Amino acid sequence: MTPGEPLISWDWVASHLGDIAGRLGEHLLLTGLAIGIGFALSFLLSIRIVQQPRLYTPVTWVTGVLYTIPSLALFALLVPVTGLSIATAEIGLVSYTLLILIRNIVGGIQGVPADVRDAAIGMGYTPRQLLWRVELPLALPVIIAGLRVATVTTIGLTTVTALIGQGGLGYFILEGIQRFFSTPLLVGAVLSVALAVVADAALALVQRWATPWARRGA
Amino acid sequence: MSGASPDDGAAARAAAPSSHPAPRGRGGATVEFRHVSKRFGPAAQGGPGAVNDLSLTLPPGELCVLVGPSGCGKTTTLRMVNRLVEPTEGQVLLDGRDVATVEPTALRRQIGYVIQQVGLFPHQTIGENVATVPRLLGWPPARIRARVDELLALVGLDPARMRERYPAQLSGGERQRVGVARAMAAEPPLLLMDEPFGAVDPIVRARLQDEFLRLHRDLGTTVLFVTHDVDEAIKLGTRVAVFQVGGRVAQYAPPGELLARPANEFVAQFVGADRGLKRLALLRVGDAGLADWPTARVGEPAGAAGARATAAGAAHLLVLDGEGRPRGWLPVAALPPDGAPDDAINAPADDGLVVLDTATTLRDALSLLLASPLERGAVVDGDGRYLGVLTMEAVAAALRAATAGEPAPDAAPPAPATPGVPP
Repeated sequence: MTPGEPLISWDWVASHLGDIAGRLGEHLLLTGLAIGIGFALSFLLSIRIVQQPRLYTPVTWVTGVLYTIPSLALFALLVPVTGLSIATAEIGLVSYTLLILIRNIVGGIQGVPADVRDAAIGMGYTPRQLLWRVELPLALPVIIAGLRVATVTTIGLTTVTALIGQGGLGYFILEGIQRFFSTPLLVGAVLSVALAVVADAALALVQRWATPWARRGA
Repeated sequence: MSGASPDDGAAARAAAPSSHPAPRGRGGATVEFRHVSKRFGPAAQGGPGAVNDLSLTLPPGELCVLVGPSGCGKTTTLRMVNRLVEPTEGQVLLDGRDVATVEPTALRRQIGYVIQQVGLFPHQTIGENVATVPRLLGWPPARIRARVDELLALVGLDPARMRERYPAQLSGGERQRVGVARAMAAEPPLLLMDEPFGAVDPIVRARLQDEFLRLHRDLGTTVLFVTHDVDEAIKLGTRVAVFQVGGRVAQYAPPGELLARPANEFVAQFVGADRGLKRLALLRVGDAGLADWPTARVGEPAGAAGARATAAGAAHLLVLDGEGRPRGWLPVAALPPDGAPDDAINAPADDGLVVLDTATTLRDALSLLLASPLERGAVVDGDGRYLGVLTMEAVAAALRAATAGEPAPDAAPPAPATPGVPP
């Protein structure tokens, strides 16, 4: 990065298009897996918490501790156990989604108005029908809001997994820093930011589509 | 059903104007509370909302109102019927069967349930909301669709306009109507209503009450209705149970009896010092004598109409439209002068017209009359067609007749006896 050198070398970009696409795909896969597994775990835990509210404090305590561990430290701790594998990356990424997702799923369900719940039970909904037909649909905006935060966070964190050899766009950032070459650094940074923005917007659209009632105010 | 003809019903109404005509009991359930108690927590009194050794029977088709101050256990009593609350002691019987032996969700699907905040599902359209119980019961879709439209029309909502809307797009009064429609969807023999009209403004509330009374009379469903508003209790109830704090029933009687003969000081205070006036709420416009009034049709020649008014000694003509619906009061003085007797009558622009339904209570009618400049109102039938005119004198006469038809009001403290002194 000597003065006078252009910030970005388009020649490098042109000759690395295949590589860039591959890393972008990896990044999406790592993020998608983390959100998928994280959501499944959080969903099951949240349903248990709604049934047994006294579980809420211990579960949020554990996931809260996980959330506070710096990501580099967490990966460093995991490497001796699971090696430089995708499992190491995913364990770390998934643990960071849990707190956000559980808080939003539980909060969304608990935020269902008491009168709506009372009417549903009073008309003869079974607990399962209450959950699937009333509580979850009404919690959807809050749940998707949690998914948006978790997704954006995970896309950012995934760049760090390049340090344990699990590529993604972080690979370019590392490469740029190591070689004092700004082009890959910029490519990695700009693409990961763009990915976060696009994912967030896509989820916002999903939310609009899935909650038509929220759009039609009086 | 006693097999009474409609004429018998009308006669009974005239003879006992202080109670509503008996509903045509079609499929109403019987509810019986047998020594039911509910205690919350360790408090000796049972805590707020507790119920204490309650025994009460609702005959089929009755509209039974539980009324009392807050914390008196009336909502708890209602919720024990569909097992949202389980009694600590005693039994609740629905058509002779202990509800504790019925699986709760199956029980609840055959009992309509309406609450104050309505509890419509915000994420479902009005049509889907109304279809809730039929869907739970697995009705075929075509039958559900037909039933939804029928119900929306029944509660005065246009199905085509309302079906696809969401609850957030409705006014408070419309939401309450949908709540009632939803509760009646599967034709339950019993409706539980917990302050169903409590969250709307007084004008809308009065209209919803009138409509619900008519609906109840048509359907004959048994209704258990909770309110803290004694006026509402008297207006709606065929029987009223006055609750005292601690979950005891101070009196259970038809509203006329409650007003005429309160069982104790608590009931007398609760129904209020104006209970004489409140009895007006038990009489309906249809119970009062309606006056004949000279009328004119829109478009009719003014001369003939004016002559009728003069013959009747009236200062105003009541103008009706082509359908026979009242349009306004036309001062005789405003008619065209004698020179133009063929000029057509126009609908008056005057907005002082009070239009009353025969089912409106005399209490509501009186307050409307007091607020109108002419102190009289045009009474119409269910289709809005003119029947006669209600005057202040007719209201007073109806109240006098109702009072005369009952035993002397012994609720008033008797004059102190002064033996030996001749009156």
